[in-house]
Amino acid sequence: MNSLLSLYQEIILDHNRSPRNFRKLKHATHEAQGFNPLCGDKVRVYVEVADHRIRDIAFEGTGCAISTASASLMTEFLMGKTLEEAQQFFESVRHFLTQPPDTPPLPGFDLGKLAALGGVRRYPARVKCATLGWHTLQAALSQDAQSVTTEKDPHA
Amino acid sequence: MSTSITSERNRSPLADRMLSWRDDFPILRERVHGKPLVYFDNAATTQKPRSVIRVMTEYFEKQNANVHRGVHSLSEVATTLYEEARKTVARFLQAGSPSEIIFTRGTTESINLIAQVLGQVVIRPGDEIILSELEHHSNIVPWQLLCEKTGAHLRVIPILESGDLDAEAGSRLFGPKTRILALAHVSNALGTVNDLAPWIRLAHERGALAVIDGAQAIPHLPVDVAALDCDFYVFSGHKLYGPTGIGVLYGKSVWLERLPPWQGGGDMITSVTFQKTQYAASPQRFEAGTPPIAQAIGLAEAIRYLEAVGYADIQSQENRITEYVLQRLREIPGIHLIGEPRERAAIVSFVLDGIHPHDIGTVLDQQGIAVRAGHHCAMPLMEHYRVPATVRASFAFYNTLNEVDVMIEALGKTVELFGR
Ligand SMILES: Cc1ncc(COP(=O)(O)O)c(C=O)c1O
Repeated sequence: MNSLLSLYQEIILDHNRSPRNFRKLKHATHEAQGFNPLCGDKVRVYVEVADHRIRDIAFEGTGCAISTASASLMTEFLMGKTLEEAQQFFESVRHFLTQPPDTPPLPGFDLGKLAALGGVRRYPARVKCATLGWHTLQAALSQDAQSVTTEKDPHA
Repeated sequence: MSTSITSERNRSPLADRMLSWRDDFPILRERVHGKPLVYFDNAATTQKPRSVIRVMTEYFEKQNANVHRGVHSLSEVATTLYEEARKTVARFLQAGSPSEIIFTRGTTESINLIAQVLGQVVIRPGDEIILSELEHHSNIVPWQLLCEKTGAHLRVIPILESGDLDAEAGSRLFGPKTRILALAHVSNALGTVNDLAPWIRLAHERGALAVIDGAQAIPHLPVDVAALDCDFYVFSGHKLYGPTGIGVLYGKSVWLERLPPWQGGGDMITSVTFQKTQYAASPQRFEAGTPPIAQAIGLAEAIRYLEAVGYADIQSQENRITEYVLQRLREIPGIHLIGEPRERAAIVSFVLDGIHPHDIGTVLDQQGIAVRAGHHCAMPLMEHYRVPATVRASFAFYNTLNEVDVMIEALGKTVELFGR
């Protein structure tokens, strides 16, 4: 099960079993719903932004281990970051997840624990699971809490 | 399960025959991720026996020409083969005549064709089309499109927790406005075999037409359209050990004679002037353009192959596998079978507590096992059972009990990996 272990590393299994920041945000300034029509995964991402900084970020939903762990790791990483930093992170993570397995990460970017998600690059059908939370965050940040929720069909 | 028990158990005349049929499918010798392929995604598409691959290759190498269009020899050969294929299908379904067999691209196209042409002649605003909660999207969406266009309404026969149709609630839906009943013979997600006769009778009592989606039935059980008395019956070649790109629409001739054409083009006319075009009779009226010739020939060969194996053996072997897999699955803690229908074709859907079906699908794939994880194009059905997706294992007569053991063991490892 070697390559499986590289997909389902302990970090992923752990974040799947006990996802971090898995809750609703009462004072969200931004939120969006992401949906992967292929597998029925649904995620809702909440962000509370003040002074261009992510004060709080959380998510809810149902999904596979990959999409749950990815969203969970995302909230851990982005907590307290500025919007510019979050945007850079999004670009770097998307690049990392959608390039062939041996592509080096974008310069100046330390993946840290997110490197654990790299296993999906050998499972093209699963890449969308790993990017779902990130695309949903993008959608949330590009609009106000007042505006309608996007039913986003993410293209990895 | 020790190997000695396994081989003991498999040493029966039926199992021996099945193993020899298995040799006819070259792909079953492939390895996936270094493991022998265990192909349990037969409801998505079946594998092809060598004879089907051979007749199609032979056609392209020696017989290829367009049909119905040439006086030259090859065209006549191709036309004969294509029309022979139609006769094979007609005989296979017990249709009254080959002119009742229309070749299409598949089940989906067959349903769209019949929905659109019926829509022109039998549907008025306020009319009702009845289907069921367990339909595949391809037996829902074409009717929805028709309703949008004509002002007709959909009525839905609910299912019981078992995955069987709710006969009591369902029969109350039939009324004076009922025009069409569109019903699956076998559910692709649950394996439910619907007892069609009473439903078709109900439809006919109201003067409505019965359209049966046989995509998942025809690989598992003999279909006699005359005995069923359905007005239309559709299926896909690729789920019946034949190629993709070919499907069948059977229709009673009394209907086909009265229905307008579907697409316009070559081959579907008797004469064309800019003032008036005379349409050909069925089946040509519904087959505009160059048809899938090689695919029709491949389908006919698949039918011959299937008849040589015989539904009796197919059903014995598939029942044996299905019973065994149900028994073994029930041993796994935290498993939930989705649907426990009274009569089941060789299809089993399940979920495991705390593990998403896609993760199960990926872990099984690593062990060489192909199953389907998803909503199976039956989102209303998933909604009914309140699951986003299921794992579906679907079997063919070439599958073995040993392969079931491989899957059960892999499921055990999955549970371990995710350590609930
Ligand atoms: C019950 C049922 N109906 C319709 C279809 C559609 O068949 P096709 O994709 O071959 O047109 C399928 C196959 O997925 C099916 O299982």
